[in-house]
Amino acid sequence: MKYVSEFRDSALAKGLIAQVCRLSSTPARFMEFCGGHTVTIFRYGIRQVLPQTVTMVSGPGCPVCVTANKDLDKTIALAHFPDVILATFGDMLRIPGSHSSLQQAKAEGADVRMVYSAMDALNIARENPEKHVIFVGIGFETTAPTIAASVLQAAKEGLDNYYILSLHKLSPPVVKALLDSGEVNLDGFICPGHVSTVTGSQAWEFISRDYGIPCVVSGFEPLDVLHSISMLVSQVETKRAEVEIAYRRGVQPEGNPTALRLMREVFAPCPADWRGMGEIPASGLKLREAYLEFDAETAFDIDSGPTRETEGCLCGQILRGVATPQDCPLFGKACTPEEPVGPCMVSSEGSCSAYYRYGGEHA
Amino acid sequence: MPDRILLAHGSGGKLAHRLVTETFVSRLGNPILAQMDDAATFNLSGTVAFTTDSYVVDPIFFPGGDIGKLAVCGTVNDLAMSGARPLYLSLAVIIEEGFSKSDLERIVDSIHQATIEAGMTIVTGDTKVVNQGSADKLYINTAGVGIVPEGVNVSGKNAKPGDKILLSGPIGDHGIAVMSKREGLRFSSKLESDSAPLNDMVERILATGQQVHCLRDPTRGGLATTLNELAQQSHTRIVIEEAAIPVREEVLGACEMLGLDPLYVANEGKLVAVLPASGVDKVLAAMRSSCYGKRAVIIGEVTDGEPGRVVMRTHLGSFRVIDMLTGDILPRIC
Repeated sequence: MKYVSEFRDSALAKGLIAQVCRLSSTPARFMEFCGGHTVTIFRYGIRQVLPQTVTMVSGPGCPVCVTANKDLDKTIALAHFPDVILATFGDMLRIPGSHSSLQQAKAEGADVRMVYSAMDALNIARENPEKHVIFVGIGFETTAPTIAASVLQAAKEGLDNYYILSLHKLSPPVVKALLDSGEVNLDGFICPGHVSTVTGSQAWEFISRDYGIPCVVSGFEPLDVLHSISMLVSQVETKRAEVEIAYRRGVQPEGNPTALRLMREVFAPCPADWRGMGEIPASGLKLREAYLEFDAETAFDIDSGPTRETEGCLCGQILRGVATPQDCPLFGKACTPEEPVGPCMVSSEGSCSAYYRYGGEHA
Repeated sequence: MPDRILLAHGSGGKLAHRLVTETFVSRLGNPILAQMDDAATFNLSGTVAFTTDSYVVDPIFFPGGDIGKLAVCGTVNDLAMSGARPLYLSLAVIIEEGFSKSDLERIVDSIHQATIEAGMTIVTGDTKVVNQGSADKLYINTAGVGIVPEGVNVSGKNAKPGDKILLSGPIGDHGIAVMSKREGLRFSSKLESDSAPLNDMVERILATGQQVHCLRDPTRGGLATTLNELAQQSHTRIVIEEAAIPVREEVLGACEMLGLDPLYVANEGKLVAVLPASGVDKVLAAMRSSCYGKRAVIIGEVTDGEPGRVVMRTHLGSFRVIDMLTGDILPRIC
């Protein structure tokens, strides 16, 4: 098993496509929650090979994209504090806030460093005891446990120069808010693979139970996504609504108990602002009382000024699945990956970026 | 002499003179360099190709090569891709104060090795030392001249509909090998950079007597960027087959882990050749006869319509656009 090429096998893929075409007779709209799935779907041209009965809708599962301008402004303001090293995942660097971006702050002299994990940020804190090292905690349930682990490690070592700006988001509450809004009519849900490795497939039971919508947890290779679509089609055609796993090599129904325990020990749910969706109760994570000394918002008096939303940018609607990038008047004109207006054009997992980069070529 | 490069090594005084003679001239020795005049003089006749490039790779030593080998191969390859036979190189080195002298010697040895393989001579050079922190360890600039043989006309603008696109081997080795050793990112990998001089392969290609429209080495920005450049320069459309593009399993795996696409990852020893279908068999055989082209393959073709566009037929039989690289390649977060 090499875990990559087998899941891109052309003959197997064609077999799955034929199976979807054979099974599907009822028109169905499926949402892929996760930006990673959106990228796979575009990178492999999956929409082109699906029967006309199956429509794919992209969801809000891009953590950078859903971060509100207010929170981006806070991040940029923190980078400008004296003696601060701001460590962040690479995707955040180019995202425009109200007036600037971290990339711009870096060019103006702020010490902004790209890291691959919170443990790298912790290392920077160890090596620079005279500096304040702030790690931008962003992402869904996938990243939160490792960031929780970094806080526990910092506490154990007695590090007093390591902070977290917690912009974490939880995925089930946003799905619930989306479904409650009644804006999108969905017949199936491709549940996020990496989030589910932590939460387990159990996190999605409410979708099938309360809303009668079939769910399949999917991996990120083209065969994973095609397999998941075929399982959703099968549920639709046999009028079932269950949570199934098409990503057994990564996901268990109960998830990862250790990761969940770490996350719950350090973080507590709190309301969070989502781009395009406003405040959603209990959809964010804040540091618990016992770990407040690591909280950047408590330690620094952040004044990020008034926020500004970009006129004409449809990122909000696109994240809710009610508009596509092509509906946006800025797409490909005022907003391109070189000069992005909205975050969905910047993030490698953003819908606009996937539409723009991979196009919808039928050659 | 201490094992550290001092500011005085770049001052033009005795230490500087010793550094130049003991570290550089003694290793790179050839009659033109040994003259030690302000400029190298030599005769050339025919169409001259002239190119320059600067090398700032981090880390400076990586599996399969180092900044010195890269500085020779990169410039040699730029000359070779214009169809030229590389002849002479200049070598300018900017060193950060405190750099290890033995590391410098190791790099100069590696430069020497690479010039021998490429059949080139370093005929002029310069050394500067800057304050600690003003540069990161060591930067190298090389410029090279070569002669384009008569009848050879290789240019990115020459691609024509119907031409086939050949690639000399698996992509992404250099970028992933370098990243595997980068500070803060280290991961275990047996992968080596493909850094290599390609002038011998180009000579073999041209010796077939077949018409070759374009030659290009897909370095920074990867294969995707090179193909976009060719499509734009020649106002043609390029279609490639995903299944035909060789990528090592280690590169695929690392790309998955880092959130990268191998099509955008750098190479330092690969070339793309664009030529009429009639010459493909002979040119492919010539590429495969070179030790750096054993896995050469046809990856696609040049077509009409949509000038400047590159598309790829995926493993699924669908098509997707291959755009140029935007910004730097960034890791993903979930």
